[in-house]
Amino acid sequence: MQASSHHSSALAHHFDSFEQQRESASLGMWLFVAQEIMFFGGIFTAYLVYRVKNPEVFALASSELDLTLGGINTVVLILSSLTMALAVREAQLGRGKGVVSFLIATLVFGGIFLGIKSVEYSAKFEHHLVPGEHFHFAPSQEEMDHLWETKGFTPEHIDRRAEMFFSIYFAMTGLHAFHMIIGMVILLFFFRPAWRGRYNADYHNPIECFGLYWHFVDIVWIFLFPMLYLIGRA
Amino acid sequence: MSNAKSKERPEGYPDRHYLNAAHGLKSWFLTTDHKRIGLLYLLAITLFFFLGGAFAVLIRLELATPGGDLVQPETYNRLFTMHGIVMIFFFLIPSIPAVLGNFLLPLMIGAKDVAFPRLNLASWYVYMAGGIFTLWALFEGGLNTGWTFYTPLSTVYSNTAVTTAGIGIFITGFSSILTGMNFIVTIHRMRAPGLTWFRLPLFVWSQYATSLIQILGTPVLAITVLLLALERTLKLGIFDPALGGDPVLFQHLFWFYSHPAVYIMILPAMGVISELIATFSRKRVFGYRFVAFASVAIAILGFLVWGHHLFVSGQSVYAGAVFSVLSMLVAIPSAVKVFNWTATLYKGAVSWETPMLYALGFIGLFTIGGLTGVMLATMGIDIHVHDTYFIVAHFHYIMVGGAIMGYLGGLHYWWPKIAGRLYPVFLSKFAAIIIFVGFNLTFFPQFILGYLGMPRRYHSYPDEFQVLNVMSSAGATILGIGYLIPMLYFAWSMFYGKRCTQNPWGAKGLEWETASPPPTLNFDEIPTVTEEPYDYTPKEVQHAG
Ligand SMILES: [Cu+2]
Repeated sequence: MQASSHHSSALAHHFDSFEQQRESASLGMWLFVAQEIMFFGGIFTAYLVYRVKNPEVFALASSELDLTLGGINTVVLILSSLTMALAVREAQLGRGKGVVSFLIATLVFGGIFLGIKSVEYSAKFEHHLVPGEHFHFAPSQEEMDHLWETKGFTPEHIDRRAEMFFSIYFAMTGLHAFHMIIGMVILLFFFRPAWRGRYNADYHNPIECFGLYWHFVDIVWIFLFPMLYLIGRA
Repeated sequence: MSNAKSKERPEGYPDRHYLNAAHGLKSWFLTTDHKRIGLLYLLAITLFFFLGGAFAVLIRLELATPGGDLVQPETYNRLFTMHGIVMIFFFLIPSIPAVLGNFLLPLMIGAKDVAFPRLNLASWYVYMAGGIFTLWALFEGGLNTGWTFYTPLSTVYSNTAVTTAGIGIFITGFSSILTGMNFIVTIHRMRAPGLTWFRLPLFVWSQYATSLIQILGTPVLAITVLLLALERTLKLGIFDPALGGDPVLFQHLFWFYSHPAVYIMILPAMGVISELIATFSRKRVFGYRFVAFASVAIAILGFLVWGHHLFVSGQSVYAGAVFSVLSMLVAIPSAVKVFNWTATLYKGAVSWETPMLYALGFIGLFTIGGLTGVMLATMGIDIHVHDTYFIVAHFHYIMVGGAIMGYLGGLHYWWPKIAGRLYPVFLSKFAAIIIFVGFNLTFFPQFILGYLGMPRRYHSYPDEFQVLNVMSSAGATILGIGYLIPMLYFAWSMFYGKRCTQNPWGAKGLEWETASPPPTLNFDEIPTVTEEPYDYTPKEVQHAG
């Protein structure tokens, strides 16, 4: 029974058909994305709780982030998602060389994103906005006076709450960047099979699943950008 | 003589099966066969069980006398912390899913393997990697925060191996997630022809519900522990009150996983019990669909009740009231199961085999654990007995009286399938009774101690509590011996037990329709399913009706 399909190395021994194999892989990947959503969900919850508790200081601290660099990075990531989707499309059509070129483009966009992110991080180091002993948040005297008069916030209070904002900022963007680095490492493993033309209409689930992961990481940033850079910005 | 006996082969005993299909360490440590991976897990979690048990022995020894004369208070803190961490994360959570689930799921649904065999092997290595970190934490002197890691104790004040243990739990969590993903895809995509959802064994339903919790709950614990570790190492103060951080937020996030985690332990045990009750009553499980949906209902409701751990933590009274009501709702699907098992026994052809003793023990102990759970869901009672031995007794009735009884019952039931060999009948029944008696003697006095006001997590206590504590320690000794006996005869049986026939219990279910032990690819020919599960009605009667 199904003797012919068992000769194909791309079909694992415990599956009966390519369809079953493909559907299993894609369901598995969606479940993985579900667990990723819950993973990020924990820290999103922390963000929400503290944002609601300290809206004024969070808005003030948020203004320290570089809107231009964040905006460019958002565009870069969306472009990387586009090239990733095109790579999957090329794989489905069995065009190995096309897959390779779009994967290179994805890798380049990912690299640009991380490069810009590290420029942002080092600026935070220079401005003493990294949580820890040397953290010091210095908004304008005008802002400080305003918060003292309206809310009764001391400079110390503002400093500590801003440190919380940057704790969350580094935890969230750091986790996101870590996911991107993992993604870029995994991406490297697709070059060989793609170049050798292993992907075709029957067999492309690994690269399709990877695409799902890449888009997911992209979407996380689509939420992070407004939450950290835009909301309540002065 | 016993050697000659063990070489005897009953009719139909396979020459080639998964155990002798390949030899050498490599064939085990690089296997992708779900059955061999199940055995790898069995070995690993048994080691952790005895490690966790060793801590329990020291705890009960210390508590045999009122004074703190065996260990320092600080050592005692580390003992109960390590006991909790090892038993919960490294034994109870993987126990039934990773051992019995891995072994049985593909067999029960007529598949050659799980959907992702290599991922399955990876999950074992991930588990072991987490285990190594936890052992490392032990060599660093252990940690003293309790398995609950409450902040700011765990972030600011404790200078013990919190980070190492946290990393261990973080890593091990992913093995649990991978197993859950694998099982859900397997159940969706790998079922044999004709095996519709309502023809699935109830064990499969309970594994499905468990996997949902593993996938959706565990990552929340992962991020929580990660944030804790970042706070300790990089000073990112997410829970630090000095930065306006909220330790209660930690408790919310922690219990969002750790309450459902109780159902990761108990749901698979309930699935085992459904199988045992049906087989040893020779009846279809009463209200099959209700029992199946009860598993899913418990999994879903389980995500909505975590606040009952925060009744005294500064959670608002209104939130407390809502969590109280929601917690009580879990009693409904749980009671559905208990009633339906009992109704299955009614007028059944009940036999008293060893697995059945565990099943009946489970029903009794789980009922006590569950009913005290309803008591504790009431805020008035919970505030009174909060952090006393009443709580300790309650959750041990669920986790030890429920989950471990289910695990051992399942192990005894499917052992002939796993090993293709039998274990000593009398000795195994004796051990089952010893465990039941030892368990109750250990933990029932703790209900009374807690009600009288003895707090948990202290290494000494007032003199008037000694009698009950001595009873508890004596019970723990009996319980410990009870656990040692099966370990010894299972190890013996694996190599020297009498070989058994394919289906020694005369049970229904696809797993019994292949050889014992099964071939590497499970079935010589993939079966087609044409009947309901647990169809024990004799065929003539069926036709007459
Ligand atoms: Cu709970």
